[in-house]
Formats: sequence, C-alpha cells, structure tokens
Amino acid sequence: MQKRKERIDRGIKVRSEDIFALCSWKEMLYLSGPRLLPLIAFALLPLVLGTYWQRVLLSVAVFGLLAISWDILAQSGMVSLGQALFFGTGAYCSGVLNHYWHLPPMVTIPAAAVVGGVICTLLLLPVLRLRGIYFAMVTLIIPLMLVRIVEATKVFGGTEGLSGLTPLPSHWIELYVSLAALLGALFGFRRVMSSDYGLVLKGINDNDRSVMNAGINIYWFKAQALFLSSAVGAFAGALMTHVYMFVGMPVFALDYSILPIAAVVVGGHGSLAGAALGAFILVPLSEALRALGGLRIVFYGVFLVVFIVALPEGIFHFVTRKYHQFERWVEVEK
Amino acid sequence: MFAGTVLYALINSVILLLMAIGFNLTFGISGVSNFAYGALYIMAAFATWMLMNLVGLPYFLSAILSILFTALVGALMYRFIIMRVRGQVLSEVIATFGIGLAILEFFRYLGFVGIEYSLPVFLDHSFIIAGTYVDMQRILIVVSSVVLILLLWLFIHHTSIGLAFRGIAQDERTALTFGMDSDYIAMLSVSIGAGLAAIAATVIVPLGTISVGEGYEVLLNALAVCIIGGLGSTGGVIVASLFVGFAQRFTDTYIGSHWTMIVSLVAILLVLVIKPSGLYGKQKELEERI
Repeated sequence: MQKRKERIDRGIKVRSEDIFALCSWKEMLYLSGPRLLPLIAFALLPLVLGTYWQRVLLSVAVFGLLAISWDILAQSGMVSLGQALFFGTGAYCSGVLNHYWHLPPMVTIPAAAVVGGVICTLLLLPVLRLRGIYFAMVTLIIPLMLVRIVEATKVFGGTEGLSGLTPLPSHWIELYVSLAALLGALFGFRRVMSSDYGLVLKGINDNDRSVMNAGINIYWFKAQALFLSSAVGAFAGALMTHVYMFVGMPVFALDYSILPIAAVVVGGHGSLAGAALGAFILVPLSEALRALGGLRIVFYGVFLVVFIVALPEGIFHFVTRKYHQFERWVEVEK
Repeated sequence: MFAGTVLYALINSVILLLMAIGFNLTFGISGVSNFAYGALYIMAAFATWMLMNLVGLPYFLSAILSILFTALVGALMYRFIIMRVRGQVLSEVIATFGIGLAILEFFRYLGFVGIEYSLPVFLDHSFIIAGTYVDMQRILIVVSSVVLILLLWLFIHHTSIGLAFRGIAQDERTALTFGMDSDYIAMLSVSIGAGLAAIAATVIVPLGTISVGEGYEVLLNALAVCIIGGLGSTGGVIVASLFVGFAQRFTDTYIGSHWTMIVSLVAILLVLVIKPSGLYGKQKELEERI
C-alpha cells in the first residue's frame, strides 16, 4: 500500500473560503479548534486555579485588553507608545465617578469606557495628522505629562490618589467579567477588522494617500479607530480601578505602555489574537519570574530584543503557519 | 537673584546640550533613534565607579576606559541587534528600549543605589560670578562641552569619516554607490553617540549621585531637546537646549519645581503638533504628517 503526505488545510481551505461547505466533523474541528480553545480555557481555568493565579489571570485579561487596543491602533496606522494614557484615563474616570458621585461599578465601568474613549480621542485629535514616530512620541509624552500635572495641581487626590472605591460584588464576577471582555474584544474586533470597515482602517496603515484618493475621509476613520482603541483601554483601566479599589498616579506608569507592546511583539501583530496570546504568555511568565526580583524587568528587556530580532512575526503567526502545514498520511488512489 | 538664575539657566542648558548631543548625532547620521541612550549614560558612570573603587585605577584612566568601553558596547549593540532591524523605526525603538531597560534594571538589581555611588569632582573649587556661587565642575562642564562641539565639528567637516557621515546622512543609497559602507558608518555613528553619552556622564555625574532613575530622565531630556530642535540638526539642538534650559530653570525659580518637567513636556507637545520636524529640522512634510 503506497502512501503520500497530504496537507490537511488545502481541501478545507478551498471549501471553507469559497463555498462554505465542510465535509466532516474532523474538518469542522480543524477550523473551530483554535477558536474554541481560548473560550474553553478561559471558562475552565478560573475553576482550577488558586486565588493567587486567579489574580494573575485577571491581569492577563487586563493586559490582553490593552494589547488588543494597541493592535487596533497599530493596524489603523497609528503606533502608540502610551497605552497608559487610555488605561489611566479610564481608571480616573471610573474612580472620579465612583468617589464623587457614588455611582456603582456596574455604571462607572461602562461609563468610563465611553467617556475615557471620548476624552482620549479628543486629546489626540490635534495630532491625528502626524505619522509614524512623531505620533508615537506624542503618545509617549502625554501620560508622562498627565502624571506631573496630577502631582503639581493635586487634582483628584494628587499624589495620594482616590482610595476606598466600591469593589465589584465578588472576585468571580471580576474574573469572569474581565475574561468575557477579553474574549468579546478579541472576537468582536477581529470581525470588525475583517469587514469592509476594517479594510479601510488597514488601508490607512498600508497607504493612507491612496485611501484618500479613493475619496475616503481618513481623519474621520482614524478618529473612530482611536475611539475604539481607547475605549477598550479605558475599560481595562476602569475594571482595574474597581479591583484595586484605588486610583492614583501609578495608572499612568510606563508598565501599562510597555507591557502591551511587549505582548504584541511576542504574540505577533496584525491579528489581535497574537496580542491576547502575548499577554497570556508574558504576564504569567513575569509572575513566575517574580522570585528573581528586579531581574524580572531585565528579562523583559532581553525578551523584547530577542523576539524583535529573532522572531519578528511573533508567535501567533508562526504557530498559525505551522498549523496550516499539518500533514497526514493518506492512501494513494490507484 | 536674577543674574544667578540666568547663570544657572545657562549652565543647565549646556548640561542638556551635552546630554542630547550623542543621541542627536546618532539619529542625524544613521536615522537610528537610540532609546538605550540613557542606559549607556548610566552604564558609563557605573563603569567609571567600578574601575575606580573595585579595580583601583586612578580617576582619569578609569574615565577614559569607561568611555571607550561604552563606545564599544554601542558598536556591538549596532552590529548584533540594531543592524538586523535597521530601517523599521518601531522595531528599532523597541529593540533599543529593551536593551536600555535591561541595562538599567540590571544595575538596579545589583543594588547600585545610594549616596556612595558618586564620582569625584575634577577640582574642588568655586567662584563667585555676578554674586552667585559657581563651582569649578559647572565651569568645567561649560568649557568641555564647547571644546567637544568644536572637536565634533572639525571631525565631521574635515576628516574622511566625517565626510562619509555627512554622505550617509544626506542620502544613504547614493553614498552606498560611492563605496561607503553604510552599515559600518552607521555602526560608527551609534558607537560615537554612545561615547558622547559616556563623556557627558563623566562630566555631569560628579554634580550628583549615580542613580538608575537618572537614566530615564536623561533619555527624556535628550528626546525633549532633540525633538524641539529638530531631530538630527546640531544647530537646532543648541538653540533648543538653551530654550529648554532657560524655561526649566525659570519655572523652577519662579513657579515651583513641580512644574519644571511639565514645561519641557508641553514645549515638546507644542512643537510636535505645530512643526513636527522641530525648529531647525529639515522639513520632511510627507514623513511627518498627512
């Protein structure tokens, strides 16, 4: 009996991309497996893990959201070095709403996502025309400046921040809300980015002038992408505020800008899934390295360099390619 | 009071200029934005300290050795890391920032924090100029940076490597057709930039202590001055450091030290919004905005 190797994905690709007909459960599993995996993993993991690692999972979700927000922005042609701006604005919005008006978290978190998104969009609206490194530098500087302004004007509690905010009802709700938000953002925005609307955004990244030539107002689209991205970041910030029951100057810290970028670099950009995967790898890794103390951040830096030099496409694209190259033995037909 | 403020503002400007000149040189020649700059600055200071206190070499020898060492680190950094991502601006920024982060946090991990980590001043002496005490080190900073800039100017304009520098800066591809090895020249530019950071550290650090946090401040100051002046333009950097130096010192004296950093950050933001290429930068209309 003669055998030959056959790529699994070829037949499925031909059918699933054009005709949308799959022949067997196996083939359906081949397509849906990678998509179901995070769903099942995030549903089950909190049940298995202890309290400490549940907290870690929560930060995975928060940093995953930030990384997704970075990737949305990067896919629309805006590279940001200051995700902390979105995170911090959302955190302060919900903190202020809760502290001064005593609104419950169920109101403040969604409100902070929207209001924070609007504030960040308005803040960055004047520099929407800037490209590349110049836009990146503006985003790097604004959070640094906001910290100093909070420190100098003593607004919203100044250096001490606002503490004693209302926590979420239980830590299960915290965890599942954040994981659901991560999955929702991941699959939702993947859909958005693969629609015609997303095509325009990606076009702006590839060649903004030819998008303009097509008669599309790119500033309007860029502003929308900015709002989407900053709303996601602000949501993460607002959630974290209620988890810690505190909001203060650390929300504008460099960590919230660097870690999402590191996650995207490790996971791979342009697919959003890479961003989430990167956060899922990096955050637990940094917890595991906590025993090393200060050396942790050193590893972080080295990690960044190694990935950007050795695997610039990121893990997700690498794994995807390998997954599509799976082969199986089939009989040669006589 | 006023004269003293002006004098110290002038010195502050020179310090800023010294901090920024290496970053600016590297960017101006090879287009590499070296975000490990602050880390190299701190590394040079610690290297001098270690050579002096752990090996026991005399101060001037260890300073010179650490400058050479930092320049070598810059060259290796280019050869093995930056060269592979050259031209992809974001990757360059992330890679160099990663290196800087690793270096700085490594020093923090080693426990190099405290008052004993400081370098001696060259000469312990002070003058009274216009009714204000000015110590010898600050005078030396001014003198040495003037000398340094003159030397750099001579180097760039009157040597063959300097010519290659200007060639690569003007048009890399054309320079390549004339037989200039652009990777070699870019490596030299990163290396010299790192060396300049080390020189700045050797001269400036004796004013205070060596601290890891200073590394980030130096990078931020260098960025501020270079952005305002126009990335890659030497004249612009001189004007911008005067501008930022005076602004910082005057807000410090008349408004409050909380606002010092805010002033320079606002200045950067305004410059970026209004004229991204900076006060004296070459206008590259299409690269900076659409």
